[in-house]
Amino acid sequence: MNHYDTIIIGGGHNGLICATYLAKKGQKVLVLEASTELGGLAATREFSPGFNASVAHTLSHFSAKVAKDLNLAAYGFDFNAAPMTNIALNSDGEHVIVEGWGASSKLSGVSDKDKESYREYHQLLKRFADLLKPFWLKTMPRIGHSSLKESLTYAHLGLKMRMLGKHDMGEFMRVATLPARDLMDENFDNKQLKALLSWDGLIGSKMAPRSPNATILSLLYRMSGKYEGAHALPKGGIESLINALKSAAITAGVEIRTGAKVKKISIKADENGLRSEGVELQSGEQLLSNNVASAVDPKRTFLDMVGAENLEIDFTHRINRLRCEGYVAKLHLALSDLPKFTGLDSLDGRMVIAEEMDSIEFAFDDAKYGEASQKPVMEIVIPSLADSSLAPKGQHVLSAHVMYVPYKHKNGWTEEAKAELYERVIDTLASYAPDIREKIIAGEILTPLDLEQQYHVTGGHWHHGELSISQMLMMRPTYEAAQYNTPIPGLYLCGAGSHPGGGLMGGPGHNAANEILKAKQ
Amino acid sequence: MNTLMNSNHDLAAAYEDEQLQVTHFHARSSKFNIREAWTAWNGYKFADYYYDAQYEYFCVRNSCATYDICPMQKYYITGKDAMTMLNRLVTRDISKLNINRVTYLCWCTDDGRMIDDGTVFRLSEDKYMLTSGSPCIAWFKKAAVGYDDVEVTDVSDEIAALAFQGPTSCEVLKKMGLEGIENLKPFNIMHFPFKGDSDKKLTISRTGFTGDLGYELWIDPSQALDLWDELYLAGEDYNIHPYGETALNMARIEAGFILPGTEFNEALKTVHLHHDQTPFELNLGWLVDFKKPHFNGRTALLKDKTDGPEYTLVKLDIDGNKAADDSYLYDSKKCKNHIGYITSTMWSPVVKANIALAMVKTKYIKGQIWAEIYYSKEIRPKQKIVECTVVNKPFWAPARARATPPLRY
Repeated sequence: MNHYDTIIIGGGHNGLICATYLAKKGQKVLVLEASTELGGLAATREFSPGFNASVAHTLSHFSAKVAKDLNLAAYGFDFNAAPMTNIALNSDGEHVIVEGWGASSKLSGVSDKDKESYREYHQLLKRFADLLKPFWLKTMPRIGHSSLKESLTYAHLGLKMRMLGKHDMGEFMRVATLPARDLMDENFDNKQLKALLSWDGLIGSKMAPRSPNATILSLLYRMSGKYEGAHALPKGGIESLINALKSAAITAGVEIRTGAKVKKISIKADENGLRSEGVELQSGEQLLSNNVASAVDPKRTFLDMVGAENLEIDFTHRINRLRCEGYVAKLHLALSDLPKFTGLDSLDGRMVIAEEMDSIEFAFDDAKYGEASQKPVMEIVIPSLADSSLAPKGQHVLSAHVMYVPYKHKNGWTEEAKAELYERVIDTLASYAPDIREKIIAGEILTPLDLEQQYHVTGGHWHHGELSISQMLMMRPTYEAAQYNTPIPGLYLCGAGSHPGGGLMGGPGHNAANEILKAKQ
Repeated sequence: MNTLMNSNHDLAAAYEDEQLQVTHFHARSSKFNIREAWTAWNGYKFADYYYDAQYEYFCVRNSCATYDICPMQKYYITGKDAMTMLNRLVTRDISKLNINRVTYLCWCTDDGRMIDDGTVFRLSEDKYMLTSGSPCIAWFKKAAVGYDDVEVTDVSDEIAALAFQGPTSCEVLKKMGLEGIENLKPFNIMHFPFKGDSDKKLTISRTGFTGDLGYELWIDPSQALDLWDELYLAGEDYNIHPYGETALNMARIEAGFILPGTEFNEALKTVHLHHDQTPFELNLGWLVDFKKPHFNGRTALLKDKTDGPEYTLVKLDIDGNKAADDSYLYDSKKCKNHIGYITSTMWSPVVKANIALAMVKTKYIKGQIWAEIYYSKEIRPKQKIVECTVVNKPFWAPARARATPPLRY
């Protein structure tokens, strides 16, 4: 029987990245993907004949180091695609537009004062984002038993903060965990601008502008990307990234099996303790390895694949209590032609429907109590503009993240409830693009429950677990499993549920590979 | 003035809900408690002693006596995953525990610190009863997280239970008409139709906390008083008597059994780091089975076993006859190097020795152990330093406790 150095469970971007790093160091690596396609939530699939889309529809902070280390450019990934314009839509056509990126962004639709404030605001946040940037690609120190190297990470962070200077250091401490609303209110007047800028700290989470709990920290995380938080769509779309990762993996010697659903991680217990020995597939096939690295979310990894019987009680309890219910639904529309958005000439930007922060807050209120938002807020992209292969010639795909749609609907996610949500979302879209209905050939809305079922992600959560302060850094997903290794020797985590978190970034896969290689020495 | 009186009245009313519960045997047992010597156990009114602790102790050792274990916590663990869930909870391997068998075990935190000890009864294929001295429902429910088919139910109030211990206990049960009881082996369970009625089930386990021959009787609360009456009728000529906590404490020290709050500090109630214990510290290493599938605290316990615990619980025979309550232990008569402390101590009438349980730093166990004893002689404080000898076997372990059928007394 084949014996692998490492078996990776999950062929999403983190699994592929981890696998490739390991294979490049000479390990014999097998990636097991339950679906027929690689890419996880970034996998492109045909949702209607001839029309394709991926759940993740833009890139904001994919790691430049990973792209370079794995030479993804050589495999067709365009890391330098231009940033997208961010547009806060207004139903009267009075849009607020942020064009370009960073300090050179051009704002329109806002006062001169807000334009000036934006530069200051962005520069301050950029300093903070730069401070944190090295730590996203580092293993966080272990609580309780830090090695010298781990302690140095604390020292490094402390030094970096100190080097900000007294004022900025104070501001950093104050701002990092501030509710988004407070930060926006103290900087800007324009309601649409405030909603647009707070959006990136909130999207994907169970939080709204008034929520305390590090929404700004997660904004800073996303600002670690090439365009300081601005999104981009590479030529060839998200698919080009996944294809490049796949090619890089195969070239490095990684063996990949799709349609290979893991049933159990095999654990051996004897007088010397526990150890993972490999995996058992749904088909009953046993595969052996020295290490298993799971890119699957922590809850599924531990509760379903390892099983409580192989874990400690309090640890299991913490895993069971992880906050990982998704609140974002995904809308895919097959369009016969581009719709006309009132007052907008070009649709190649990233359009946000949330006219003010309270629109987001009220939408969240409904979801908190188990109902889909009466007035949903959303982020819209037409990915077929960047990748024409997604739709038949001349036709298009509209992709939207719709917030807030709870994983658990209080009456259950019936077909009626989904149809009602779909209609409500289309109605909302129609007040910005009045001709949208006549362009729709087909459409689907995927609730977090659908995402869970189709993509094997607990709660349908983008990040495999909330990016909230209780589940970040050395607490992600929980202490005793936050350094990629786990209480079970030989078992590692390498997915979005680990530090630094999700989004198409690659940090967990990169960091986990480091830890696996370090343990081997 | 009026208001004040009202408020006083209300103050008393506020305690209404906090009155101690009485056990299912209270209507009978309270008649023996002529001095109203009540204490409390898990919210129940519970006898410290009934008539005279010494007398009750001698009943346990020389004839037979009953101990009301209604306040002891009892949990049913049921469902297809009951065995797997339990086996991960406790440090012993219970996968081979047969139906109608009982075993003694303990359970620990993730860090291998002992939460409590108790017994588990396998009642049927997928039904176990776990007993513990203190409430543990929150921990057990937590321990059930991640299993598909297991239910933890607190049945403490729903079972009337009476420990019946002493050298004549088997004879009394026989006299009660429980045919075949003499064939019940230690840690086995038998079921009897109570008073010949097959609808009324009396369950008897050969278990106890006195180190002597003894049984525990389990019955539906509706039958509790009848059971008491039957037993006391049969035991009339065998000197049957209820015993309270004080007498129990004497018996269990002689048997070498540990008590929470005395030998160990329940881990979930321990505030200071490592002021709780591991099974290895408590000399319960034999309860920890590293050959079994995973169990809670495994990694920490393996380390504790490998490194060796700092302290180890030992049984001591102490020179003289002065009880070494709360004594410090030293490695020489000079009392310079403090190596441990006494946890429980008594003058044992059956062993005729000054015995104790003590925590001693492991590396000093093989050397000299001296106890610094403070005592009072007609209210004058006195001190003496005496030598202690480590005893490896229980102080009191008569052959009849293990023999089946039990030897006649």
